[in-house]
Amino acid sequence: MLSIKNIHANIEGKEILKGINLEIKAGEVHAIMGPNGSGKSTLASVLAGREEYEVTEGEVTFLEKDLLELSTEDRAREGLFLAFQYPVEIPGVSTTNFIKAAVNEKRKYQGEEPLDAVAFLKIMKQKMALVEIDQSLLSRSINEGFSGGEKKRNEVFQMAMLEPKLAILDETDSGLDIDALRIVANGINKLRNENRAILLITHYQRLLDYIQPDYVHVLYNGKIVKSGTKELALELEDKGYDFITDEADLAASL
Amino acid sequence: MNEDLNMLEQTALNDYKYGFVTDIDTDIIPKGLNEAVVELISKKKNEPEWMLNWRLKAYAHWLKLEEPKWPNVKYPPINYQDIIYYAAPKKKEQLNSLNEVDPELLRTFEKLGISLNEQKRLTGVAVDVVMDSVSIATSFKEQLSEIGVIFCSISEAIQKHPDLVKKHLGSVVPMTDNYFAALNSAVFTDGSFCYIPKGVRCPMELSTYFRINAENSGQFERTLIIAEEESYVSYLEGCTAPMRDENQLHAAVVELVAMKKAEIKYSTVQNWYPGDKDGNGGIYNFVTKRGMCQGEHSKISWTQVETGSAITWKYPSVILKGDHSIGEFYSVAFTNHHQQADTGTKMIHLGKNTRSRIVSKGISAGQSQNSYRGLVRASKGATNARNYSQCDSLLLGDKCGAHTFPYIEVKNKTAIVEHEATTSKIGEDQLFYCRQRGIDAETAVAMIVNGFAKEVMNQLPMEFAIEAQKLLAISMEGSVG
Repeated sequence: MLSIKNIHANIEGKEILKGINLEIKAGEVHAIMGPNGSGKSTLASVLAGREEYEVTEGEVTFLEKDLLELSTEDRAREGLFLAFQYPVEIPGVSTTNFIKAAVNEKRKYQGEEPLDAVAFLKIMKQKMALVEIDQSLLSRSINEGFSGGEKKRNEVFQMAMLEPKLAILDETDSGLDIDALRIVANGINKLRNENRAILLITHYQRLLDYIQPDYVHVLYNGKIVKSGTKELALELEDKGYDFITDEADLAASL
Repeated sequence: MNEDLNMLEQTALNDYKYGFVTDIDTDIIPKGLNEAVVELISKKKNEPEWMLNWRLKAYAHWLKLEEPKWPNVKYPPINYQDIIYYAAPKKKEQLNSLNEVDPELLRTFEKLGISLNEQKRLTGVAVDVVMDSVSIATSFKEQLSEIGVIFCSISEAIQKHPDLVKKHLGSVVPMTDNYFAALNSAVFTDGSFCYIPKGVRCPMELSTYFRINAENSGQFERTLIIAEEESYVSYLEGCTAPMRDENQLHAAVVELVAMKKAEIKYSTVQNWYPGDKDGNGGIYNFVTKRGMCQGEHSKISWTQVETGSAITWKYPSVILKGDHSIGEFYSVAFTNHHQQADTGTKMIHLGKNTRSRIVSKGISAGQSQNSYRGLVRASKGATNARNYSQCDSLLLGDKCGAHTFPYIEVKNKTAIVEHEATTSKIGEDQLFYCRQRGIDAETAVAMIVNGFAKEVMNQLPMEFAIEAQKLLAISMEGSVG
């Protein structure tokens, strides 16, 4: 589904990604872990098409298409979803209307009729139950005055509504207490299926207690320095990042 | 209908599409202004002597005044001798029905999507259409007259209701008030007149479409609305103008009078030609709008959505004379390209326990300049006066400007005045968030701007919201979801 080959990316002339390779198939859940500043969020931004980042080398294929050729909005309409680490507030725009606009833009792109209010509300009701989100939250301005947990739950709710082929979850566990984490993780698990790929970006192992990944990759200094199964995450939890980063630094210096 | 009022969506992203000039046989007097022209206007309108004298007095005063230089706007000097002060579509006898209206004129309205017939049938809004300077048609008049509401052109009111006009004309905005008000008083050609008798709640929104049409003709509208004790009226004003190269001067005066426990709600959507992308052409909109809360517990609300004009100079104000009276001002001012807006309000608290509320939302794009200028004055007698002001500015891009000039004068210790102001930019983060959800940048900007303006949009009557959407629909073809 997603094939990343030797991606290099800059921001303001500084190289952050230094040759990333990654293959993700439908139905798989991959976790990308790594210390702060390793380039995890940059990878998410580059895939989603954030314009401040300049891709200098490499290619990305998403569902047989050249992802880097697509505009940000077309990537979304093709089925790439990014759950933001810091969801953005838009005063005066109700969450419901925002999501409705997003859903209908995607339908239009795919040649489908827009959903009318009744059909939309029906789907919304179903998905609300799935991620345990409250109606009152959806009538408020999007993310405005939401707690950390509410913002993250809203991201997962949008994912449920937009039914992406590939969902990239950027530090979705950050800033959540244990109850909020469980609710958010449960929501994500319910959205897991054989047609959908999920890329979890996280600093901590604890999210992976709730969402079991098929593969774990460690990103360090703009490169994937180690890949493995979920046992790798446990090992990291146990030994810290140092045991990998020291090894990588050593390899780089030779 | 669409849940969101996408009235601002044309904004930065669309060119003005109302630029067609209607070819109507126009009755025009020569350019220039002098006493003879004032007399000619009065004569053409078959006015009584007192009206002519009033005009001449205003003209004499205007000669002594100087054009105001304090607004934060720049424009080349206006040659007042190069303006045509009267242009009326030629009358075909008496107009009994729409069939008698110039078909060309009807087509213009069709292009704007405001066919009178359709409006009458569908919206239940009485429309007094001002095309250039003379009222062409007035509808729903009979229905209104049954309950004693007078809704007609000011020219007709001068003929048929001289006592009411004599009593109130100039009572809120004196002819000596300012340069443009004095000019208007001397040469106003037409406008609307509303009178709501005691205890009557006007059952429909009263609406006027203004449209500047004849080449080079300044437009000097005069509107007078009187709400007697315990009455209520909601008045709607909306406008579009055809495209042209030369700047056009528009200097209207609107006066509102609210007696004891009366309420007047005045809503405006202003969408005159703002000039092209390089700042050529466009309307100069120098308007004096003021309401007088004459009686106790009276209320006046101004709501305006301003998207047009090259230059806007406009401060709809309320004089809170009656005890416990309330004044409100809700404004969205959008400027793009080289537009300049200096707009705001004045809340003059005279009576006890008077309250006012100001919500101003300025949106600047392109190389435009958008200024809020507001005065809140609590005079000595305004015990327990309260004001709350909120002025928010939104910048689209980095070549435009937003300015806030709040003036506060408090002469009574018990008065409380609050002022809040914010300036924000549409952030890359907001745009990226929307685009990542599949919403393109153009739609996202419109969405963010609409969200920003929502508090004011919510104040517009539903009927007007629909009409306003229609007005903008032409320029938003294909881009409105």
